[in-house]
Amino acid sequence: MAELEASTNQGARRARPLSPHLQIYRPMLTMMMSIVHRITGAALYFGMLLLAWWVIAAAAGPNAYANFERFIGSLIGQLLLFGYTWALMHHMLGGIRHLIWDTLHGLEPAERETLTLTTIVGSIALTLAIWVIGYLAMGGPR
Amino acid sequence: MSRAPQMRTPMRRVRGLGAAHSGTGHFWHQRVTSAAGVVLTIALVVIAISLLGRNHAAAVQILGSSPVAVIMLLFIINSAYHMWIGMQEIILDYVHEDKLKLLALMANTFFVVAVAAAACFAILKLSFGV
Ligand code: HEM
Repeated sequence: MAELEASTNQGARRARPLSPHLQIYRPMLTMMMSIVHRITGAALYFGMLLLAWWVIAAAAGPNAYANFERFIGSLIGQLLLFGYTWALMHHMLGGIRHLIWDTLHGLEPAERETLTLTTIVGSIALTLAIWVIGYLAMGGPR
Repeated sequence: MSRAPQMRTPMRRVRGLGAAHSGTGHFWHQRVTSAAGVVLTIALVVIAISLLGRNHAAAVQILGSSPVAVIMLLFIINSAYHMWIGMQEIILDYVHEDKLKLLALMANTFFVVAVAAAACFAILKLSFGV
């Protein structure tokens, strides 16, 4: 029994966690968003390869650019690009939330829930808006 | 003698400047690159949308034009530094074995520098013409 041992001399000498660990807490929106921010950050990290491919293909010439366009126009390419768009929007809004929190604003329980919800709803709305505008722009000159 | 767990961070560990031995500088740089990232990300989205549906020649002309090229370079460099710090933080959180940690940190640096250099070179090539 860890709790009992902790109060004895012997138990006190053991290395113990300095704070309760994750499982102790009821999952909260802000907690989930914290890990989502990390996941989107990591996804964008590798998404940089996509951006690099895009500009390198443009610099390499019409054939390379056509290859890139074919890939990004395929089902997998479109899914990747859609995911990248959402990750970028979510991570950006989450980042703004972090910057607001850094100024010690918006940290009250109700405020931080509102900010977090705004991140989710806002990222979905922005992603959809970008894709709608994108598809409309596709109608432009080829 | 074994020590009881402490709630306070020993000063000597702070002086040791943390797990990456680089102090609080990265924390601040992460904030600066985040703030710049907001503006640059919006600019990137506008540029990307303006290229949709255009052929290669038009894409080259837009990407290579001075204002667009400068914004693209800024986006790449800012993101590279930001994601380098960010991934370092992730590595330090999850990788604790010394050799593995060193390897992961090196891989992070190599990846970021290689991708950013290649992308920047492409923009410069587009901008200055072949
Ligand atoms: C392509 C662009 C981007 C990439 C590749 C990227 C990548 C990353 C990575 C890998 C992390 C580390 C995640 C973690 O430690 O949990 C991170 C953290 C962060 N990012 Fe980004 N990011 C990008 C854009 C942005 C933008 C536009 C913002 C705007 C506000 C932003 C704000 C932040 C902030 C504030 C953190 C630190 C979060 C914390 O302290 O827990 N990032 N980013």
